[in-house]
Amino acid sequence: MNLSMKWLNEYVKADMPIKDLCHALTMSGSKVECYETEGSNISKVVVGKILSKGPHENADALFVCQVDVGEDAPIQIVTNAKNVKEGDLVPVARDGAVLPEGKIKKCKMRGVESFGMFCGLDTLGLTLHDFPYADPEGVFVIEEDCKPGDDIHEAIGLNDTSIEFEITSNRPDCLSVIGLARETAATYGIPLNVKAPEFKGIDGSAEDYLKVDIHNTTACPRYCAGIVKNVKIGPSPRWMRERLRASGVRPINNFVDITNYVMLEYGQPMHAFDLRYVEGGHINVRNAVSGEKIMTLDGVERELTSEMLVIADEKKPVAVAGVMGGEYSGIMEDTNTVVFESAYFEPTQVRRTSKNLKLKSDASARYEKGVDPRISMTCLKRAFELVELLGAGEVVKGVIDCSNPVPEQSKVAFDPEWTNAFLGTDISAEDMKEYLSRLEFTIKDGIITAPSFRIDIESKADIAEEVARIYGYNKIPSTDFRGVARAELTAEQKFVRDVRNACAALGGFEIATYSFVSPKYFDKIRLPENSPLRRAVKIVNPLGEDTSVMRTSTIPSMLDVLSFNYNNRNEKACLFEIAKEYLPVKVETDGSELTLANDETRHRHGYEYPLPYEPQMLTVGMYGGCDFYTIKGMIEQLLDKLRVYNVEYSRFDTEREVNCGELPSAEGTKSGEYYENEAFHPGRSAYITVGDKIIGIIGEVHPTVQENYSIGEKTYVAKLDIELLMALADEKITYKALPKFPASTRDISVLVDDSVPAADLEKAIRKGVGKILEKVTLFDVYKGKQIAEGKKSVSYSVSMRSHDGTLTDEQADSAMKKALKALAELGAELRG
Amino acid sequence: MKEQLEKIEALAKQELNECADIKALDDLRVKFLGKKGELTAILKQMGKLSAEERPVMGQLANKVRADIEEALASKLTALKSAAQAARLKEETIDVTLPGTHAPFGKLHPLTRVENEIREIFMGMGFEIADGPEIDDDYHVFEALNLPEDHPARDTQDTFYIDGTNETNLLRTQTSSVQVHVMENQKPPIRIISPGRVFRSDAVDATHSPLFHQIEGLVIDKGITMSDLKGTLEMLMKKLYGNDCKLRFRPHHFPFTEPSCEVDISCFNCGGKGCSMCKDEGYIELLGAGMVHPNVLRNCGIDPEEYSGFAFGLGLERMVMGRYDINDLRLLYENDVRFLEQF
Repeated sequence: MNLSMKWLNEYVKADMPIKDLCHALTMSGSKVECYETEGSNISKVVVGKILSKGPHENADALFVCQVDVGEDAPIQIVTNAKNVKEGDLVPVARDGAVLPEGKIKKCKMRGVESFGMFCGLDTLGLTLHDFPYADPEGVFVIEEDCKPGDDIHEAIGLNDTSIEFEITSNRPDCLSVIGLARETAATYGIPLNVKAPEFKGIDGSAEDYLKVDIHNTTACPRYCAGIVKNVKIGPSPRWMRERLRASGVRPINNFVDITNYVMLEYGQPMHAFDLRYVEGGHINVRNAVSGEKIMTLDGVERELTSEMLVIADEKKPVAVAGVMGGEYSGIMEDTNTVVFESAYFEPTQVRRTSKNLKLKSDASARYEKGVDPRISMTCLKRAFELVELLGAGEVVKGVIDCSNPVPEQSKVAFDPEWTNAFLGTDISAEDMKEYLSRLEFTIKDGIITAPSFRIDIESKADIAEEVARIYGYNKIPSTDFRGVARAELTAEQKFVRDVRNACAALGGFEIATYSFVSPKYFDKIRLPENSPLRRAVKIVNPLGEDTSVMRTSTIPSMLDVLSFNYNNRNEKACLFEIAKEYLPVKVETDGSELTLANDETRHRHGYEYPLPYEPQMLTVGMYGGCDFYTIKGMIEQLLDKLRVYNVEYSRFDTEREVNCGELPSAEGTKSGEYYENEAFHPGRSAYITVGDKIIGIIGEVHPTVQENYSIGEKTYVAKLDIELLMALADEKITYKALPKFPASTRDISVLVDDSVPAADLEKAIRKGVGKILEKVTLFDVYKGKQIAEGKKSVSYSVSMRSHDGTLTDEQADSAMKKALKALAELGAELRG
Repeated sequence: MKEQLEKIEALAKQELNECADIKALDDLRVKFLGKKGELTAILKQMGKLSAEERPVMGQLANKVRADIEEALASKLTALKSAAQAARLKEETIDVTLPGTHAPFGKLHPLTRVENEIREIFMGMGFEIADGPEIDDDYHVFEALNLPEDHPARDTQDTFYIDGTNETNLLRTQTSSVQVHVMENQKPPIRIISPGRVFRSDAVDATHSPLFHQIEGLVIDKGITMSDLKGTLEMLMKKLYGNDCKLRFRPHHFPFTEPSCEVDISCFNCGGKGCSMCKDEGYIELLGAGMVHPNVLRNCGIDPEEYSGFAFGLGLERMVMGRYDINDLRLLYENDVRFLEQF
């Protein structure tokens, strides 16, 4: 909303410095975005009177003028303007003048000195709408009441200041000059001068010309109309054009300007149309017939539905009620009789229509927020007052007022004690009454009645806001928090914090990525056609394909970031993210109950579509100076820190009973299919498992996937399910006594088939040695010379210790024999 | 014999003087004081001495032994310290060479600032509440006094989930978590809900379709607007120091009444007005207000008995202000050279 200061001053004496006014209004709730004085980019331009116009000695197209600029001697100006003559008043940019396009300096034009320049409308940043009588091509010949030497701003009224407000959606009443004048008056406690509009009119009644029937009084409780005869279409006067311009509205002609003027002044949209095009002289406010069409003013043909309200004549719709008029019903050059409409339409009705037609207008923006339901007739009268003031036609005295009950004015108990208790203030009841009365609330018998334009008032809290904003938010005291409160993180929040800190301590840099991604990732990470991860939650109205589905895997996001870093020539990166995946939950076709946590409220609201499952994942990714064992080492250390024990790393093809936890729905158990196996190098990847549960996946990224993400180096990724990790973490820490007796250590090297995993050998040693085993450390794996093809030599250092006494050599040797026996079962034999 | 002893002492001292290393010193000890050493050899002759001479000579011999031992000991100390000095000199390194680094990562700046804010609120007794990022219309809008057809819905630019008839959507504010909490917990309630929110804003230096909010909610008997002001002032003083000033401006949010926007004195000029704050002296920081009675009622809390306040702040804006980051995209690009700086 742009407010003209000249206009505002008509209703309230706002002569305080503009900066103070803007601040005061902002602090009382009408936020000022900025203010601008018109023509502030123009200086040293004055009115000049052309005393003589003669030929230029060196150029046929130029003229030399002597111009009176209000000084003792005239100045000489060279011009090419053909439309000026002796005696004309014109804007003269003098030497040193500033114009929107730049500075003006005296100069010689083809040898003749020129001390300035004549200005056209466009040079001054104006258009024909501002001064319709001007020659659009030539110099602006001023027909205003002014004299030579006058500053151009004053002379043509280019000196208004316009304030731009951000008006919140609950205060449509402030989308008007009077609304803001009222706020100004209330803020400063000064009088507001709005007088009821009056018009004289000629004898007769609008009913002689027009019949109005409302067929849907819920959507349109009130419809006022009147007639103006023998209209004279033409430009409106300068003061009106100036105010419209300062309000950001383009002047068109007197009738259109009057409707806009009243809308800006009172906030009530008006509509004026040509009676000729109202067939049968009969206005019907009715619902559209489904499929009915109308060409709206913007030249687009629109198909209507039966939920939409139209203003129709006997045959066809002439306007979409509260949204936009029809193309052929508007005011034209030859219009003779004009119908003015001022109506109240129900906000939701207008909002839905505007939304469904995808058509917004100044009128719909106001109606859908809610205009004053009791102001229709006042505004019709104001329009007629202006018609008479402008001499634009003859107003027929009798008007039409189809009136049905409109929404009641809100009533709220006046409870100063409650208000103070709610705000934490100590404002006297008298002051509260004063503030409310400035805002035109009335109080009688302890009941506050809100003015009809305040459609936002419902409860005591609303009254508290009114009191507080006039009192001043910043005068409300600040209190420290009272009472005792106990707060701690939940177990999950603590766990996530520990995971995050541990990952950073292990060298990971935390990243943040979008939850929505491009569905192209399905193919980029080689998800099989039947992978459940291809079933993603889709966004109906995404910004673009790149952010159109909710990720079912965090790995593509990690790969995107690794790729970004690789292609920015960062030589290495070790990254992690803790974030969600989004797995859609199937709707049971037999209508059986879903088992979502928030089922109860969802069922209460009749939502039939379950929310997706949002498991939280830890994703780690790295490239540069690392290998499989680097990322595995990091994960091992992390799991150790989190006290997750008995972790195994098994290849995807290992036969075992696995599940990855329960999906919280009828879907049942999540299987290994929920992992991105194909994204990995088949020989350098594994599930991370504990018992029969897959808790994560780890490995080198498949070369094709690496290529898909344009990463030119071996890349490693791991992903772990936070919820599963947390369930497995051993929270209890128990101190074990430090050993009293020395350990015995034996080294063994065994020869075994290359395919036997080291983890199995270690398990065999543990089993064989039994409870005196303290530690098994792998210290060498060797293939090559002296080792048969398909075999490897693996060496361990085995440390044994008893808590009951020093181990004898016999005890240690016997334990090692058992270990060798267990190893033999795997085909491992002692190496000589 | 006396001369012999004196000669030995003199010889020993002379040889000690010439001795240059610890090994040679040990040889000298053996040579003079050892079982087969010179002093022992002389002492063996003690038997031949008269009874009068024996104690005198014995005393003298003991003194010579003591003197030699002392000389040996002091020579040893001298040699050792000389040897150590030599080793230390030899071991001198260039201390300006870089150290060896263990791997060490960093938390994302969003996490850093969020942690800081979490800690301040936990100190004031706020628990931290989490909730679903994909939620339903009721929890994100309706329960928060934004019924269908409410004009304020336009400003939210919501992403809707396909195939759910616009009932499921990406939450546009973490206030939805507040509704979940109020549904499941009776007052007193004192929570913050940090998390991701989604709005259909194209990406540029100050906008992102995904960003983070921290919303707070307090509900109890007798909660006032003064409490809201006190809490936010406490937060900002802890974050930005005691000199910062807050300014509360009336505003409108459907879920609070009265509502306000809160500005903080400009970090650059401290409130005088400069180009950074567009001559305002203040920078817009967050929205807040007293919980709307309809919201309480929707969540089964009696507004006659309880009152409360709520506020919401944008984490990205706080992070950018704190670290002078001028482009929001940097936060989601995750360039290692960027992440290393926090």
